[in-house]
Amino acid sequence: MFNAARSMGEWTLAVLETLGRASVFLAQTLLGMGAAVRRFSLVIKQVYASGVRTLSIVLVSGLFVGMVLALQGYNTLVQFGAEESLGVVVALTLVRELGPVVAGLLFAGRAGSALTAEIGLMKSTEQLSGLEMMAVDPFQRIFAPRLLAGFLALPMLAAMFTAVGVLGGHLVAVDLLSVDAGVFWSRMQGAVGFYTDVLSGLLKAVVFGFVVTWIAIFEGWDCVPTPEGVANATTRTVVKSSLAVLGLDFVMTAVMFTV
Amino acid sequence: MSDPNSTLVKIRDLHFSRGSKAIFKGLSADVPRGKVTTILGPSGTGKTTLLKLIGGQEKPRSGRIEVDGEHVAGLSRKNLFSLRKKMGMLFQSGALLTDLTVFDNVAFPLREHTELPESLIHKLVLMRLHAVGLRGARDLMPAELSGGMARRAALARALVMDPMMILYDEPFTGQDPISMGVLLELISTVNKALGLTSLIVSHDLGEALSISDHVIVISAGVVVESGSPDQLHNSESAWVQQFLNGRPDGPVPFQLSAPNYAEDLASDEERLSV
Amino acid sequence: MNVRIVETLVGFFVLLFFVAMFILAMKVSNLASFSGTGGYTVSAYFENVGGLKRRAPVAAGGVRVGQVTGISYNTDTYKALVTIKINEQFDKFPTDTSASIFTSGLLGEQYVGLSPGGLDDYLADGDEIDLTQSALVLEKLIGNFLTSK
Repeated sequence: MFNAARSMGEWTLAVLETLGRASVFLAQTLLGMGAAVRRFSLVIKQVYASGVRTLSIVLVSGLFVGMVLALQGYNTLVQFGAEESLGVVVALTLVRELGPVVAGLLFAGRAGSALTAEIGLMKSTEQLSGLEMMAVDPFQRIFAPRLLAGFLALPMLAAMFTAVGVLGGHLVAVDLLSVDAGVFWSRMQGAVGFYTDVLSGLLKAVVFGFVVTWIAIFEGWDCVPTPEGVANATTRTVVKSSLAVLGLDFVMTAVMFTV
Repeated sequence: MSDPNSTLVKIRDLHFSRGSKAIFKGLSADVPRGKVTTILGPSGTGKTTLLKLIGGQEKPRSGRIEVDGEHVAGLSRKNLFSLRKKMGMLFQSGALLTDLTVFDNVAFPLREHTELPESLIHKLVLMRLHAVGLRGARDLMPAELSGGMARRAALARALVMDPMMILYDEPFTGQDPISMGVLLELISTVNKALGLTSLIVSHDLGEALSISDHVIVISAGVVVESGSPDQLHNSESAWVQQFLNGRPDGPVPFQLSAPNYAEDLASDEERLSV
Repeated sequence: MNVRIVETLVGFFVLLFFVAMFILAMKVSNLASFSGTGGYTVSAYFENVGGLKRRAPVAAGGVRVGQVTGISYNTDTYKALVTIKINEQFDKFPTDTSASIFTSGLLGEQYVGLSPGGLDDYLADGDEIDLTQSALVLEKLIGNFLTSK
């Protein structure tokens, strides 16, 4: 019993210590942000690495998620004779929740893990030390551009996911289930607000992009510089950032969409 | 550089520990300017850590390290960076940036720190690459280089900013005889031709001694011997003699400290018979 | 990879983002038809608004012409006050236009239907619609049906 309490205490201390280190790391990265903005070509390169290379998986997933939503929504709504509301169901689910959340999870799995592996490898091959010794600040040169790029890329991916998802829903609803196209769109437009729903959803994605990228680059920087350490850090990135996305989503939904 | 015999790196009463393990316990040493100095010591004595302390990447628990008269641990980040521009460091792995070609790697410090026109950078880089014999490898990626070639490319990168000192971290480990010869030749010619100070940490005795002017032997966190290679061979320290001649047993015992052998075996039998 | 290819692909990425935002703004949400300043606002008092909600559509002859921007309760008249924003291109509704609350489908959402009157004066910003018909409340209807028997 005493041992359990002690290991609980040790675990709590370890979590607090990691959080503290991650915060110091974040502060140093934010201080390097000015230099990253001045050399925007570095950021563009990172938008390519984390955004463009996640694009295909996001688009394909968005299409299928939208199609499944339409199929399942139809089965439920048709029992109440309310299948004209299918557009509303598909669009609101995507815009408010699934767009930012699923894009965030895919981003954590695809771009986040790649970032951790890349930075972990740079650490284990002494590239980070090498930069330091060449008087190049890794926070300005490596971490800040990546954080900024993740922060920009995820909202863009979430918007594309949502748009493709709605088109996928339209495909199933109108072409497969013969819901009237005019009703599908007009009901949707009546129920979805641009500021209250679309921009709120994108705000979620901005937060997710920031947090996922922060976790990913911190885990890479903080890893044990061995092949095993890099592998463990990559796993930790995916687990922690997925949990962070889902947890933050609940908090933000509670704040944004409960009137 | 006025006094050729002056000291470039001065280490006084250095204490450093990693976790609970003490790595340096009051280490003091001098690295003379304009010479090749080798720090020798068995694996795990913190030789790489010493280089990191000199480069300001780690901070000592107590004691001072002065480089060119500046107290490294007390410098602001800005001043530390300007000191580092005067130091080149060659890492064991080369530490080339994996997403850049050899040419871009060597050009990297120039592009980061200077506003030189691209045509001049091109010339400077090719000169350094030629000096290390890798002008033909300029378009290769680091992954396509052998270990020795990666170290030579890293040396070209370390030289490109015209540093006053180059730190070599285990430059000879895992090299075949030819690349070893090339590296030895490069280190000593570069040192003479450019008037550099070279500081090598190594455990490869013969190679290191053949090009060194000054040798510092460290063990268990302190300096056990220092002087010219000749002085070292005549050292009276039993430990130095064991290290130099590679004897398996001596002051450093073959057996790690353990309970009495006979008792150990007997206790095992007892346990089995129960 | 070549810097120009990277930049081109990132440019393509940004373009896709703009296309997605265009779809979200113009097709999915109602930014296109009711953006900010365009249109005029009129108000109407109803005995009972039923399940009418903000942003519910306002239709005339089945065509969407505006949306509900606010619902509140007036304790002087004891009626519900509904404010309606009508698109600016539909600026020729006579002042004796009547407003009713309908339900689309049996369980569908409620909307405000406008039926134009015959006067020559047209509704303008801030006007009030006097002729209103409240929402049909199912329980009330059933109640009436039972007691009239």
